[in-house]
Order: sequence, then C-alpha cells, then structure tokens
Amino acid sequence: MGVDGIGARVKRKEDRRFITGKGRYTDDMTAPGMGFAAFVRSPHAHAKVKSIDASAALDMPGVEAVLTGEQLVGDGVGNLICGWMIHSKDGTPMKMGAWRALEPEIVRHVGQAVAVVVADTLAQARDAAEAVVVDYEELPAVVDAVAALEPGAPQIHPEAENNLIYDWEIGDEAAVNAAFDSAKHVTSMEISNNRLVPNAMEPRAALADYDEAEEHYTLWTTSQNPHVARLVLSAFYNIAPEHKLRVIAPDVGGGFGSKIYVYPEEMVCLWASKRTGRPVKWVADRTEAFLTDAHGRDHKSHAEIALDENNRITALRVKTVANLGAYMSLFSSSVPTYLYATLLSGQYDIPAIHCNVKTVYTNTTPVDAYRGAGRPEATFLVERIMETTAREIGMDPAEFRRKNFITEFPHQTPVIMCYDSGDYNASLDAAMKAADYANFGARKAEAASRGKLRGIGMSCYIEACGIAPSQAVGSLGAGVGLWESAEVRVNPVGTIEVLTGSHSHGQGHETTFAQLVADRFGVGTDTVQIVHGDTDKVQFGMGTYGSRSGAVGMSAVVKALDKVEAKAKKLAAHLMEASEGDIVVEGGEFKVAGTDKSTPFFQLALAAYTAHNMPEGMEPGLKEGAFYDPTNFTFPAGTYICEVEVDPDTGKTEIVSFVAADDFGKIINPMIVEGQVHGGLTQGIGQALLENAAYDESGQLITASYMDYCMPRADDVPSFNLMTTETICPGNPLGMKGCGEAGAIGSPPAVINAITDAIGNNELEMPATPERVWRALQAAQPAQAAE
Amino acid sequence: MYETNYHRPKTLADAAALLAKSDEVKLLAGGQTLLPTMKQRLAAPTDVIDLRHIDDLKGITESGSGGVRIGAAVTHAEVAGSETVRRLIPALASLAGEIGDPHVRHMGTIGGSIANNDPAADYPGALVGLNATVTTNKREMSADDFFTGLFETALEPDEIVTAVTFPAPEKAAYAKYPNPASRYSMAGVFAARLADGSIRVAVTGAGQGGVFRVSEMEQALSSNWSPDAIAGVKVAAGDMLSDIHGSADYRANLVSVMAKRAVAAAG
Ligand SMILES: Cc1cc2nc3c(=O)[nH]c(=O)nc-3n(C[C@H](O)[C@H](O)[C@H](O)COP(=O)(O)OP(=O)(O)OC[C@H]3O[C@@H](n4cnc5c(N)ncnc54)[C@H](O)[C@@H]3O)c2cc1C
Repeated sequence: MGVDGIGARVKRKEDRRFITGKGRYTDDMTAPGMGFAAFVRSPHAHAKVKSIDASAALDMPGVEAVLTGEQLVGDGVGNLICGWMIHSKDGTPMKMGAWRALEPEIVRHVGQAVAVVVADTLAQARDAAEAVVVDYEELPAVVDAVAALEPGAPQIHPEAENNLIYDWEIGDEAAVNAAFDSAKHVTSMEISNNRLVPNAMEPRAALADYDEAEEHYTLWTTSQNPHVARLVLSAFYNIAPEHKLRVIAPDVGGGFGSKIYVYPEEMVCLWASKRTGRPVKWVADRTEAFLTDAHGRDHKSHAEIALDENNRITALRVKTVANLGAYMSLFSSSVPTYLYATLLSGQYDIPAIHCNVKTVYTNTTPVDAYRGAGRPEATFLVERIMETTAREIGMDPAEFRRKNFITEFPHQTPVIMCYDSGDYNASLDAAMKAADYANFGARKAEAASRGKLRGIGMSCYIEACGIAPSQAVGSLGAGVGLWESAEVRVNPVGTIEVLTGSHSHGQGHETTFAQLVADRFGVGTDTVQIVHGDTDKVQFGMGTYGSRSGAVGMSAVVKALDKVEAKAKKLAAHLMEASEGDIVVEGGEFKVAGTDKSTPFFQLALAAYTAHNMPEGMEPGLKEGAFYDPTNFTFPAGTYICEVEVDPDTGKTEIVSFVAADDFGKIINPMIVEGQVHGGLTQGIGQALLENAAYDESGQLITASYMDYCMPRADDVPSFNLMTTETICPGNPLGMKGCGEAGAIGSPPAVINAITDAIGNNELEMPATPERVWRALQAAQPAQAAE
Repeated sequence: MYETNYHRPKTLADAAALLAKSDEVKLLAGGQTLLPTMKQRLAAPTDVIDLRHIDDLKGITESGSGGVRIGAAVTHAEVAGSETVRRLIPALASLAGEIGDPHVRHMGTIGGSIANNDPAADYPGALVGLNATVTTNKREMSADDFFTGLFETALEPDEIVTAVTFPAPEKAAYAKYPNPASRYSMAGVFAARLADGSIRVAVTGAGQGGVFRVSEMEQALSSNWSPDAIAGVKVAAGDMLSDIHGSADYRANLVSVMAKRAVAAAG
C-alpha cells in the first residue's frame, strides 16, 4: 500500500492553512450590516436582579438595542437544559434548576449574563454595556460543594432542596460491606480533584444571521458538534425548526469538551439577530472565557479499598461529592456518574465496587466534561489509592498492581463496563523497561548528592472511549444516540469527498480520515477532501468528544467505503467482463486477479457517472452513506511512569522523566497520536502541578486571568518518552481504541505518586504547587526543613 | 478599551508639554502594563504619549564612572543582549533576560518598569541592589529615594524618567524565584559588592511595600561574603506579601533561599 495509508506518519494536511495564518475561524466571518454584541454580566455570585435601566445605554452612539431576560422569556426562548437524565437512588429524577440565556430574576454565578447590547461596533457595544445600570440585591453565596450540602447553606435553586441535584449510586453495597467486614487490610483516604478551566486557544464565538424573507437562521459558532447544537437549539430552545437553522462550525481552535455545549451567548445572538433585523456577532474575551466556559473536575471523595490475606483486592468503596456549579450544563449529569464511577475498577480485578455520588449546585461557573470527563477523576482516585495501599503494605507498587491486574478478556466489571481487550502486563513491562525502573535507587542517590529529592510514581490507567452504543446510553439516561455517520462521494474524475459528522478542532481529521480512503483505494491523500462542520453539507452527525472520532466516526467512513467498494467492484467486473469475485483494488486501479486487465480508479468513477454502460439495474453515480453505531465502548489503557526531582528549599518539582506506554489498538497515524498524547500529558501535568480554578468565599473567581491561572508551558514539561503496545479492539472494523484523552487521564496520579514518593509524605493535593510541596516536606521532615 | 488619543512626540520637551496638559494624560512606553489595564477598562486616559520615538530616551552607553547608562525607553531584550551591559554588569543583563517572555522583553522598557514599580517587578531589585541613579526630565535621585512603596515612586505627575545609571559593581548576582503563573518575581534577591566595598542585598517580589534591603544580610556579608554567612538570617514573614501563589511564610523562606543562591552565584 502507498505511504499515505493506515499506519503512515503523514504530515497534517490542515497545518499548511493553520501555520500560515489562513485558518477561517468564527471571528473571521462577517455578514453585511453586522452588529456586535456585548453582554452585561453579573459581578455578584448570587443576587436578585431588582431592575435593569438601559435608558442611558440606548442613547449612546451606534447602539441598536439593549435586550434583557424578560424580553427573552417573553419571546418564548426556552431554558437551557441538561440532556442526560440521572435518577437518585430513591428513584427521583435529578433536580434541574431553570437556566435562562439572560437571567431576569436571580443571578447565580459571577459572569452570568443579564442583558445584551447590540451596536454598530464592538467598542460601542462595550461602552454601552457598561452604561446599563443593574440594581442587584446581593444574596449569600456558597462555592464549595461539601459546604453547599450543609444545612443552612444558601439555597441556590428552588427546585433543588439543600442544593442536592441527585444522590446516585452504582454497585452492590451489601457485597462491598461484607468484603470490608472480612478484609485483612483496609486503606482509606480523602481524595480531591481540582477544578480546571479549559482554556481553548480560540475563545468561544458566534455569528448569527436571520433571513426574514426565508425565516431562516445561519449560525457560525465554535462547536465540537454543530448538528447536536442545531438539534438542541431547535427542539428545546425554540429558536427555529431544524430545516430553518443552519449551524456551521468552521475552523475551531481547540475545545477539550468546552465547545460541546450550547451556551447562552449563541442562543442570544440568534434571538437578537431576529429582534434587531441584522446579523449579530459575539466573541468572548479571555475573561469571559474564564467566567463562562464550562469548567472541569471539582470532586471531593472518600475512598476505601479492602484486601485479603494475599494482597488481592476484594472491594472498593467510594463516596464522591461533585460540584456542578450554578446550572446543569448540557451533559454535566453524566460526567460524575456514567463516565466516572463505571471506570472505578481500573485495570484491576475487583469483585465488588460501590460508589455513591452526590452532585451539588454552588455559586460557581457550571461544570461539564473536560478532556477525559470523569475518567481522570476515576483514574486519579484508583491510582492514588493503589499506590498508597502498596506503600502501606510494604509491597512494590508495580508488583501490587500486577498481582491484581485483569488478565482475561472479555472482563465484566461490577460497574457496568465489559472490557473487551487489553494486555496490562505488556504496557507495564514496556514502561518499566523504558523508565529503567530497576535502577531508580542509584538515580535517587545521585540526586541526593546534589541536594535534590528524587521520586518515582506510576499510574496504570484505563478509560472508556468510542462513546457510545446508542441503546446502552439510552438505557442510562442519555437524550441522544451516540452513533456516527459518513458519506463517501466519489466525483466523476475520481477525486473523493468524505462527509463526516465528526468535527475536527485540532485532531487532524483532514489527514487521518483521508488516510482511510488512501488505504482503501490506493489513491493519494491529496485527492481526498474531508468535509465536516456544516449542517447544510453533512448528513446528521454527533460530533467529536470522548475520543470517538476514530472508533466511531472512522468506523462509519469504513462502512461507507465498503459500500462504495462493493458497487465499484460490481461495475468494474461488468466493464472488464470478469466475475465480481475476481476484482481486486490495488495501487489506484481495479484489476482482474490473475490477468493484466485493469481499470484506473478515475476511469471507473467516470464510467459510474457517464452511466453509458452500467450493469443491469445499477443506479448511476458512486456515492454511499453509512451510519455506524458501536457495540461497546473501547478501552484504551496503559502505564505512565513519572520521575521527579524536588528542590527541598523551595518545594519546586521538576519532572525529569516521563514514560508513557499506551495501548490505543490500531493506529492510523502515529505522528498525530503522539501529538494527542503530548497534549494530553501536558494538560494532565498542568492539573497535577499548576492549574487550579480558585474562588474566594464570596464567589469571585480569583484565578480569572493568566496572571493567576497557571497554564502549563513548554518548559514545565519534559521531553516525553512515548511508546505503544497493541491489542486490537474487537468491537470496530479498524480495531481502534482512541487516544485523545489518555494523556490527561493517566498522568496526574503518576505525577503525584512520584512527588509523594520523593518527599516521603503522602498527603498532597493537586495542584502540587511549590508551597504545598514545601509544606508537606516540612511536615514530613521537620528537622530538615527547619535547618 | 475606552477611546483615547495617541501622540507620538519626537522630543522630550514635546512629551513633557503634552503630559503637563492634564491629569488624564498618560505616558506609554512598552505598553505591557498600561495597555492590558486599559483593555480591562481599569484605566481610561484621554491621551497617551508614546515615548518610544524620542531619541534622548534610547540607547545604552558606558557612563563616565565605568558603569552603564540605560535610556528609559530601552527594552528588556536590548539590555539582556547588550554587549556593554554583559561586560560591565552581567547580573543586570541576566536579570533583564529573565523578565517575562520574549514578547514582553521586546516591548517592555526599563523606564516603564520602574515608573510602574510593581512589587513583583525585577528591575527595582537591580536599581536598589546596585545603588543606581534615576534621571528624569527634572532631576536625579538615588534608587533608594525613587521607590517609595507599592506601585508608588517619587515621580511627580508631570515627570518623565529619562535614564537609569548603574555603577559597575565588584561582583553581583540576581536570583529569582518566578511566580509559576505570571513569571514575575515571587522573591528575587539582588546581592552585590559595590566598587567601594559596600554590600547591598535588595529583595523584590516578596515585600508588602515593594523592593527592600535586608541590612542584617548586608552586615553579615560585609565580613564574610558567603552563603553560609546569611544562612541564619530570616526576614519577618509579617512584612511579606501573601496570595494564592505563596503565603508570607513561604515567601520569607524564599527570600533566604534566593539570597544564598545570589551570593553563591556572584562568587
Ligand atoms: C506577561 C507579562 C509578564 C511580565 N513579566 C515580568 C517579569 O517577570 N518581571 C518584570 O519585572 N516585569 C514583568 N512584566 C512587566 C514588563 O516587563 C514591563 O516592565 C512593564 O509592563 C512596564 O514597562 P512598559 O515599558 O511596558 O510600560 P508601560 O506599560 O507602557 O507603562 C507602565 C507605566 O509607567 C509609566 N511610564 C512608562 N514610561 C515612563 C517614563 N519613562 N517615565 C515615567 N513614567 C513612565 C506609564 O505611564 C504607565 O503608568 C511582565 C509583563 C507582562 C505583560
């Protein structure tokens, strides 16, 4: 097969456009007569909106309109919803508080919009937004989820008593309790997972254009799933029926989950466009991004693990409180439940698991899926308690893990998931070898001679990707199916367009999807164009998140390619007067096996479109579509080993080596996979060492800019040592598992396990800032620290 | 950003005349502090006067006494890369090279930095540590007199910094512990033995009142220039800044650690 097929390190086709500054993002779009929107946002975390006086703003130059929540509600624009129903353990449905795109009555987090100004220029809109006078009556606020559950805490939504959204459980509690009663050893610990701000490079943006004559809307927006956005905007928010709403997500500069959801701003732009009769554009500034992009993580957990006399795990018991912020974002309810607790078995054979999750409203920015979504929280918990247990029982952490590994597949865990394939010993072995685990002692001694504390830590992660079998997620409460679609259009001269419902916002689909076609027909990737991100062009699709573009999106392409190939072979057989079974596709030609007869791909395409000589009953053209619904999740897994050196004087951690051995199943383009892992690891290391969304007690986000929110930079991470082991995923035609989130899921516990090993104190929260490490070190070695 | 009028004077006199017109007029140098503040609508000058096109404010020259004179509009990158500064005061060149990131260093200026007197800025450490002289369009003053408190200087509203003159020390070094997020200083210590044998230890980034000297360390180093000599000297945590990146305690510890490192690096 040609160099550009499956498994080739093809350079990204789209990079030419991006690197030369020729990408076309939402903010690059203009429409004649366009006005600019600026939102009036609450400075308070919790307050009554007593009145809004727009008179001064309306008198300012260039101002077209000042619109408020009262008008929005009056026009019948629907509330924002959470699309995944979770029931509490007592059977009651989750308590969803009303979320309006512009709030007329009570604001519940800093940055919530109460009004919007539309003006001729952005500067005029902003000046006028500042002149809108909002009279607030401040109410007491609560930002911590555990505190919000306490009696007497400020009540945030009338629908959710005590701020409890649901009290959910999974697993067999009685079996778990019995296992703990007869345990030989129990390790228990408190584990928290810090809140993160996604920080995509491109902030969110929307340009809405209402065509009055056609009663038709066009929305350009920063979306990871334009069809889902259109569905939600039509079916729930009453903006327009689907055939009267076109959603286009052009080039999108990163999402990490934060661009899955439909937010208030794009709804308001659509509505304001109709109201004002002109296109309306809004682009978030970085402060708005910090205050309104859905945040990630924010769990507080108590975890306990039970062992028998052979150091085999008999049970895991977890209680988690998850902070969902002020409103339930689109998929927020599924993250701390089905994307979290179902992964608590890790790579281990654990007979009994029980997990209770309480989700809570607080006066903070809504929380939803962020790179990894639930699985980083599960992995951090499992891998921290595995490490801690090994230390408590005095067993080598690698050996303790190995002893408890699942080794036979398929493996049914006690928390829904059925792992289909894997070889956890293989990735552990590969990582230990690459990290030279055996000689760590010598490196530690050498570091000590330089006054540095060296530590080593590992994480054997598993995650669930390829989201997801529609029937299964439907039975768990999802409001949508999670299949994917594709259409392969062969043009008359043999070039090919692939239309996919997946959406690329950094993943490189234009290259990898083209490689599938190149591989199938032996044509160059330059003859293949990937079309995505426009509801008018592409058949319905579910978008990109949860590492699903490969396992689900590409599988749909494969199915469509199968159909194209079958028809093309039939036609080739007819044209070359051979039997269909003898036709083979090789090097861009259809050949009759065992003869020198062949028809080039382009000639066959032309024949399909001239239709001068078709087999009996065959329709002209060469274009096929397919929908693919996965049969199971996929289960990427691997081992990460991190080695750190801590400066005992300052507490600063330096990551001196990081080995990642991943099993992603079949790999289409190793270079793109490495890029995904680099990015994921860097985000995970960011969570472990640097990033934290911190609120003060009054609900102000005190890390609302890069002066205080610490993003990882190139010099914060080492040169990563990556490798892959491969077990083929039996569940999809390509054998792929997915690689988009693994790095962010697997790395935080490896880093924290390494630091706690270095400093000899296991009590350390993320982010492990220099001060926290310094304090933990002082607590562990008072004599040395006081020196 | 609110609307503002932009001026680009060619001479110091023109700049001073524009500045004297009203309180609402602001000088603009590299814009690395002023422009973000304006974009966040926290500052709304009616006029800004760009200082970067005034020849008198440019250039790095060897001063009469064997030190260096740096024009107020000289960028951090120019100082870091200057052959003259590297030869005469390498500690100053390396300090400039550690400010922010390349973008900031190619825009930010020494005049803007010291006029702003951010408690986390690096230059104040060097000015006080080297006993530099600040020249304005009106007068000269010592660094000790120039920095008066948090974001406060002795500058009058219509005064323009024109240059800073640094004497060449016998030896000096700057040790900076950067804030992980902003990369400004959380504790930066400039330690120097000046040509006249006097010792200076200036701390920036950590103190509640901006840059300060640690006389106990200076005394200890006068008799014994070595990290050990100051190992036991601690600054009072009560005088230190405290925020989400570092408590007062932690900053006090960093001052001791960075002081030792600066002394060791100076040799
Ligand atoms: C991302 C980032 C990181 C940074 N990191 C660091 C760091 O690590 N260490 C550090 O020390 N600094 C740091 N800075 C600050 C930066 O290096 C500049 O020193 C600082 O912004 C001020 O210099 P400027 O030339 O940009 O001044 P401007 O922003 O133009 O002006 C600042 C103030 O000084 C006044 N002013 C300017 N010039 C004069 C003059 N000649 N006379 C009188 N008043 C004047 C202005 O009116 C204004 O009030 C950082 C800045 C950024 C944006």
